[in-house]
Amino acid sequence: MNYYVVSVIKIVIVFAIFMTALAYLQWVERKVLGHIQTRTGPLRVGPHGLLQPLADVFKLLTKEDLVPPYASKIFYLGAPFVAVVLSLISISVIPFGPKITVFGTTTYMQIGDVPISVLFVLAISSVSVYGVALAGWASNNKYSLLGGLRSSAQMISYELPLTLAIVAPLLLSNHLSFRAIADTQAGYYLGFIPHWNIFRCPFPQVFGFAIYLIAGFAETNRIPFDLPEAENELVAGYHTEYSSMKFACFFMAEYANMITITAIATLLFLGAWHPLFPGPYCDYFPTFCFLIAALIFFYGAANPARSRDRKTFPVFGLAMLVLAAIWAVPQFHFVTVPLWWFCAKVGGLLFAYIWVRGTLPRFRYDQLMRFAWTFLFPAALINLLLTALFVAVFKGC
Amino acid sequence: MDTILFIICAIVAILSGLNMILQKHPISSALSLVGVMGALAVLYLLLGAEFLAMAQMFVYAGAVMVLFIFVIMLLNMGRERASRKSWFAQIVGLPLVLAFLGILLFITKAALPPFRAVQFGTWVGGGAYNIGRLLFTTYLLPFEVISVVVLIAIVGAVILARKEID
Repeated sequence: MNYYVVSVIKIVIVFAIFMTALAYLQWVERKVLGHIQTRTGPLRVGPHGLLQPLADVFKLLTKEDLVPPYASKIFYLGAPFVAVVLSLISISVIPFGPKITVFGTTTYMQIGDVPISVLFVLAISSVSVYGVALAGWASNNKYSLLGGLRSSAQMISYELPLTLAIVAPLLLSNHLSFRAIADTQAGYYLGFIPHWNIFRCPFPQVFGFAIYLIAGFAETNRIPFDLPEAENELVAGYHTEYSSMKFACFFMAEYANMITITAIATLLFLGAWHPLFPGPYCDYFPTFCFLIAALIFFYGAANPARSRDRKTFPVFGLAMLVLAAIWAVPQFHFVTVPLWWFCAKVGGLLFAYIWVRGTLPRFRYDQLMRFAWTFLFPAALINLLLTALFVAVFKGC
Repeated sequence: MDTILFIICAIVAILSGLNMILQKHPISSALSLVGVMGALAVLYLLLGAEFLAMAQMFVYAGAVMVLFIFVIMLLNMGRERASRKSWFAQIVGLPLVLAFLGILLFITKAALPPFRAVQFGTWVGGGAYNIGRLLFTTYLLPFEVISVVVLIAIVGAVILARKEID
């Protein structure tokens, strides 16, 4: 099939899934946070609040769109677009699975396979600070300006350890393309330790992974580092003056950045779509997981905590059974199994993000900066130097 | 396809460059410069210099310009006001500009090899591998010298900042 037709189909599929994931990530976040704080989270709109994201979109669309009278119009209106476009663009180079053949067409599970995709993502993430900085400046409001300034300083500071942490696995894999890096992580040591960069032989990237995750929290302005929008100091930081869909753009950008950061962590450190266990039975592990989920749902329906669980849980259990059936078909395994592993790893990291948000308090601003420059940056540098040394000394490992 | 992209990006680059000079507000000028750099990065990509394009994006458009904008925001600069033009600039300005452009044209014509038509997508050698090989073999000395110069600049910046605090 024509390259352009295939690309358009892939873009439509990835975009639809990505936007749905964005909307439901917010639902998951509110649910998980609710349960961490012994609340129930959204519950009213749809069963277990499942239609809440839809309701939120309608609410934001119908809100009045205010523009402050003394804002500089062009930049005020442009900033949300810059933020959301730059955060959505990175997904175009991220691979979700290996090369597949569908209806005689061989293609990659990825929108565009660029030989320098790691650099591309870094370039986009270094430019994405403009959205936040401009929004803060253009609003003509001191809280917004302070939020914008803080976030530019924070993003510049944390980009250094983030980039240095990314360089170390590049040294191990010897490639600049996400697909090639993912391919080098296939296989197992001694038959059971996966070849992922986090376990990789000359110098396992455990520290690199930790540094990357911490810097990733700061890059996405998530809770221990959400100083740009610290609500007890800055009202809402850089998006104080934004309402309606323009506010939603910043919101979407934040969640899209979260997904991108976790996807990159998965690709560079956690072996992309390569499974945790070797052997033929690993292909049925997703089915097994879905079956356990279905069992939990049916158990919940049998012992309902709330009366409505008697109706909703069997439906969810049936959905899980259907998923288990889909993942059990061996003919689909070339697509479904890598996709499951990739989504499971990304989902696990996203859950960790939400978990941290429910657990840790916010840093003070000077602590944030000192942490970046006196601890994280030297640690990333030492990790990089050690990796380079080990790679140079133990070449064939 | 390549030609259309080239024309679009070239127009964007030139318009942004003009806009940078003509704008009164520092932030508008800085953002126009970002536009120039983005368009240049796409031009590099079209020529096959993919590593250079990405470096352009995250060094110039990312790091340098973000710092510019950061400083402009921090000082909260307003619009520039036009100063009363001096008689010297009014009389000698235009001839000097023309003379400078003439000299520039002459030098480029004399120094550069004769022009050839550029073919898009024919040159492959702009990847990270080739650039790295060149930097560590042919251009090793300039590369190391530059790194020492940058180090000196960093040390100087630290010392200047220190004095300010004390």
